[in-house]
Amino acid sequence: MPSNLYDLTLHEAHELLAGRQVSSQELTQAILDRVEQVEPRIKAYVTVTEEIAMQQAREADEAIALGEKNPLAGVPMQLKDNMCTRGVHTTCSSRMLENFVPPYNATVVERLRAGLAVVVGKGNMDEFAMGSSTENSAFFPTHNPWDLERVPGGSSGGPAAAVAAGECIYAIGSDTGGSIRQPAALCGIVGMKPTYGLVSRYGLVAFASSLDQIGPLTKDVTDSALVLSAIAGHDPRDSTSIPQGAKDYTKALTGDIRGLKIGVPKEYYGEGIDPQVADTLRRALEKLEELGASVEETSLPHTRYALAVYYILAPSEASANLARYDGVRYGYSSQEDGSMWEAMERTKQHGFGPEVKRRIMLGTYALSAGYYDAYYLKAQKVRTLISREFQEAFQKYDVLITPTSPTVAFNLGAKVEDPVQMYLNDICTIPVNIAGIPAMSLPAGFVDGLPVGMQIMAKPLAEETMLRVAYAYEKATEWHKMRPEL
Amino acid sequence: MLHWAYPFLDWYVIMTSPRLSQDEVQHIALIYRLGLSQEEIESLRHQLSDILENFQVLDQVDTSGVPPTGHSVALENVMREDVAAPPMSKEDTLANAPLREDNYFRVKAVLD
Repeated sequence: MPSNLYDLTLHEAHELLAGRQVSSQELTQAILDRVEQVEPRIKAYVTVTEEIAMQQAREADEAIALGEKNPLAGVPMQLKDNMCTRGVHTTCSSRMLENFVPPYNATVVERLRAGLAVVVGKGNMDEFAMGSSTENSAFFPTHNPWDLERVPGGSSGGPAAAVAAGECIYAIGSDTGGSIRQPAALCGIVGMKPTYGLVSRYGLVAFASSLDQIGPLTKDVTDSALVLSAIAGHDPRDSTSIPQGAKDYTKALTGDIRGLKIGVPKEYYGEGIDPQVADTLRRALEKLEELGASVEETSLPHTRYALAVYYILAPSEASANLARYDGVRYGYSSQEDGSMWEAMERTKQHGFGPEVKRRIMLGTYALSAGYYDAYYLKAQKVRTLISREFQEAFQKYDVLITPTSPTVAFNLGAKVEDPVQMYLNDICTIPVNIAGIPAMSLPAGFVDGLPVGMQIMAKPLAEETMLRVAYAYEKATEWHKMRPEL
Repeated sequence: MLHWAYPFLDWYVIMTSPRLSQDEVQHIALIYRLGLSQEEIESLRHQLSDILENFQVLDQVDTSGVPPTGHSVALENVMREDVAAPPMSKEDTLANAPLREDNYFRVKAVLD
């Protein structure tokens, strides 16, 4: 067990709470103290709900005293600020929703609270989850705990940095093109994007509805399985929710991967990928081979088209989803003189930041008359080809392993002026969302003192296979135990 | 400029994508009712043109006979029993209204 309470994992914290060695109030206070200590440097939270958290901790302590055994009970966590929380601001790090207080909870929040999780606050993000560095937050950028001059990745940069810095025990994020996995990689933690439809999106502020998925950001693989077990499962309020009941994913953590077949798609190790990152991954693959898995190079040639497909489909869906912010029912509203149309135009002009406007414009263009077939329909067809290629690969391999991010964390400000460069950060993660398959990132080493993430992909609903590989690797290595000095 | 296909290609595609005009950018903004300043229009014109240029990589893919995918999970229409349940309360529904009058959202005149 670590010496500081804030360094505990979820399963360690649960053990201490269940054994009555620590109370939820003590643990929650330790996290709040840690937030006070490091938050001025990290800036991972948009809102800290101190009083609510302490009240929830008191309730958890009472329940635990009466025998409550839920692994989430009494453990403080953070929610990305695009999950609706009744009575608590949900801003999406946007001026548009700066004062928005949802009248209901997201399904994922209900499930966490049913397990008596303690919500410490809401995590900073790229505005409406559009970005890979959290620099698109309308409020402030978040800093990487491993090097404060660098980005934490994005769009779940607040949640990833908060977990890495001990400002919460775990966090919940959303992933549309890599927004859980890429920041997890850059902050040296574990991040999982489950199969599309496994976790309900009800109450998640929509970005690109056919790609968005909620998942956990945790300090280790066991925690990832624990949190997934709590949040996965069918929800009638999300019509894309897979009709499948709850499951205990920790049963997959056997540590045994003998005979397992790993495919290594060469496109993810070549040009555009930092050679040191690729080398780090090759060493990780050797380790997996030592553990009894077979490793074989393969090819996914359509990977090269994934980025273009994504930047047509995601902005198109976003332009439709964000049309609701018209200043009438909720959100920012321009009240200056003028017509209804002028008010609507001003509302969006002042409510949305530059990246959101860029994507709205891109999506509106791709969907507009005369361009629909050339862009949107074409991208949907190539999406089919990318999905088929994954299906074929998973007939031969149990999992595919790649780097999560082409580089380690880059400097704040380095790519802000060049959207095309910024979009390249997601080349390894985007194909996964296009195909709807599950993938997770876990720590696999360091380059120049900065964490490198290994991405494990599996076929739809094969989270257990993915977790089994991740757990075996984690058990054989020490990377997940490294903590940044703050 | 670095081509998007670059990480996965060993050769460059010659690109002949037309650049967007100011009028085109303004037209797209109007469709969406998105207000933009002159500076925003000018910078978006360049940025969107750069991004669209990268989309040309898709022209290399033969998609004849390939059906489009809208969702990665094939779902049929999802039905449920039509059971009455209490709706969200009026107060909750109107709590975030920028302008409210009694139990209504107040908006500017739609017709002149």
